[in-house]
Amino acid sequence: MLKQTEGSKAVAEAIALCRPEVICAYPISPQTHIVEALGEMVKSGELPKCEFINVESEFAAMSVAIGSSAAGARSYTATASQGLLFMVEAVYNASGLGLPIVMTVANRAIGAPINIWNDHSDSLSQRDSGWMQLFAETNQEAVDLHIQAFKLAEELSMPIMVCMDGFILTHAFERVDIPSQEQVDAYLPPFDPRQMLDPAEPISIGAMVGPEAFMEVKYLAHAKQLQALELIPQLAAEFKQTFGRDSGGLVRTYRADDAETMIVAMGSVLGTIKDVVDEMREQGHKVGVLGIISYRPFPLQQVREALVNCKRFLVLEKSLAVGMGGIVATDVRMAVRGTGLKGYTAIAGLGGRPIPKTSLHKLFLEAEQESLEPVTFVDLDWDAVNKQLERERQNRHSGPIAENMLHDKGMSTAAKFG
Amino acid sequence: MGFQTVKFYQTGTFTVGNRLLAPDERSVQAGEMRSNSISSGHRACQGCGEALGARYAIDAAMAESNGQLIAANATGCLEVFSTPYPESSWQVPWIHSLFGNAPAVATGIAAALKVKGKHDVRVVAQGGDGGTTDIGFGCLSGMFERNDDVLYICYDNEAYMNTGVQRSSATPPAARTATTMPVGNEPGNVFGQGKNLPEIAMAHGIPYVATATVADLRDLEYKVRKAMKIRGARYIQIFVPCPLGWGTASDATILMARLAKETGTFPVFEAEYGEVTGVLKIRNKLPVEEYLKPQKRFAHLFGKHAHPEMIARLQAIADRNIRKYGLLQDQES
Ligand SMILES: Cc1ncc(C[n+]2csc(CCOP(=O)(O)OP(=O)(O)O)c2C)c(N)n1
Ligand code: SF4
Ligand SMILES: [Mg+2]
Repeated sequence: MLKQTEGSKAVAEAIALCRPEVICAYPISPQTHIVEALGEMVKSGELPKCEFINVESEFAAMSVAIGSSAAGARSYTATASQGLLFMVEAVYNASGLGLPIVMTVANRAIGAPINIWNDHSDSLSQRDSGWMQLFAETNQEAVDLHIQAFKLAEELSMPIMVCMDGFILTHAFERVDIPSQEQVDAYLPPFDPRQMLDPAEPISIGAMVGPEAFMEVKYLAHAKQLQALELIPQLAAEFKQTFGRDSGGLVRTYRADDAETMIVAMGSVLGTIKDVVDEMREQGHKVGVLGIISYRPFPLQQVREALVNCKRFLVLEKSLAVGMGGIVATDVRMAVRGTGLKGYTAIAGLGGRPIPKTSLHKLFLEAEQESLEPVTFVDLDWDAVNKQLERERQNRHSGPIAENMLHDKGMSTAAKFG
Repeated sequence: MGFQTVKFYQTGTFTVGNRLLAPDERSVQAGEMRSNSISSGHRACQGCGEALGARYAIDAAMAESNGQLIAANATGCLEVFSTPYPESSWQVPWIHSLFGNAPAVATGIAAALKVKGKHDVRVVAQGGDGGTTDIGFGCLSGMFERNDDVLYICYDNEAYMNTGVQRSSATPPAARTATTMPVGNEPGNVFGQGKNLPEIAMAHGIPYVATATVADLRDLEYKVRKAMKIRGARYIQIFVPCPLGWGTASDATILMARLAKETGTFPVFEAEYGEVTGVLKIRNKLPVEEYLKPQKRFAHLFGKHAHPEMIARLQAIADRNIRKYGLLQDQES
């Protein structure tokens, strides 16, 4: 059913359609509206046969999900930013145990300085946690990816994060097609766990494993993600059959056929990028787009195929590997190794910094002219940065960097929410 | 408490003889139907109080739940000596996730069982004192506050044994551990009172809180069985001497537990909804020295550089317990 609705509300409805049995919730902006809506649905009976547990921390949220999933219940939670970091030990544990938990990450920056706005540093920090990570471009895709996520996770017995940009998607009202219960039931079978805590058949889960088998266990986690590379396109095709629309898959290209310059990105910024590319195309620039939906597993082959015919590419990412450069860009470069392609990295939108079309236009032209530095920080205020570096050279007691930045930039109030 | 009035102790010991009891009054361990939830062949040290306590506790929980039990375990000695794969000692469905999250994992299991309508299957979570009073404290308090249907059992050996006997917040004052060595003016663990988790659990107003020791195994079984009859959050702390960590003889485990109780050092009681409802009386009150002397972790309090003032402070703590809980025979509790 088509609806004008908030992204979080739409995702909550999609989750409810997937018939979760245990939902654990701990609030953090910008994830709150999702779990609030689900809590209401459980309480009103709209979502029956579901336990909604208000836990005391994100570490507990993931731990409760570990217990409920191991006892055979379809389990869901959602978090962001500090919340994701607070649960990290349990995040790795869930994947190590092979429990198919689905978690929404309403992507948000990581402090300090504390910042509630969107970038991708939170889920990307869990790159190697063994969780799959799918990135939604729109709220429609966020809805659709969640439905696919349960099926993918349970098929492989591996957990998955569905990542959607905090505020930009979670709090945006737009038209979303919410599927019917019949459609979702036809697509998503009931959870049939591979391992389960059951007095009728007692097993031990999570015991110690020494050097004699640890590598094999870890390799099998990798093997499952390699299987996911096959399964994700398959599930997207099945999805299209049932729901009648394209959603999901590993990667998606836009105006890429004859493109000489390819822009690579993940998440909602792809919308802005496509608008800029449309404008540049009208002016005769051969620019195209590669959107990565599946960040983990990383589709090396599909990325390579999408880029191999261009002359140069620019990875625009909302994340920063401090002391190195790009995070996504490193993976993309791995995908095109040996091709001799010129690759650039642009770090943009950290902590919710707007990514305006004018900045992208300029950036893409420079990429086309190959006049970019290997790593570019989009719209960085170099005056403020240099002033601080000079201050630190002059004054041993130069004070908190974040506060200095705001003074230098002539602003005096910091974010009001946390 | 039922076992106070009827005394079937064997001559000269505190041991209750099953032979003297009618078959239906005998302990779970003495029964033919005991579940052997933790089978033999595990790797605990000789005389390990934790292995003994866990065996009695889980078998009693199994008996009370008709074998319908799932256990969640925190990291620690119990987890390590009872596994590694593929040599699990557990005959019950068992999960180990992390050091600090056993209560939350158990909450998740209980939620799954509830939603699936498996009301007859019960959940036990268990961990050492470190996993309980320190790193798992947040999850435990959350589980209590929500009154989730979980029995949490803490095996209290008063230190982080699995990592080599470091101090936990349950380590008693003056005790030597690897991180509270007997050096300086006040040797051993800093003075204080330790974190009193049974009382903190009571402050949550949960239906049942109890303490027990491996010296009174019938009392331990009784408390576990009683806890299993109740729904909601329940907490039992079992005092389990650790020969390796305490520097005691491996055949002195029961004796040490009994001395802890008989000196008032470890009060044995039960409480419902935050109110103490019963205590196990001291039968033969002893000075704390009797309990401290056999333990190498307190050796620096005796001998050439003795610290009688510290022993006096430990005696004062025991005396306060005795007053507070009414542990003497003629005291009201
Ligand atoms: C997050 C984390 N920190 C530290 C450890 C190391 N560690 C494992 S068991 C343990 C001590 C366990 O002590 P306790 O809970 O008292 O159980 P015991 O071994 O004494 O029975 C420690 C510190 C760990 N596994 N995980
Ligand atoms: S170190 Fe202590 S608690 Fe651990 S197995 Fe040995 S006796 Fe038991
Ligand atoms: Mg301990």
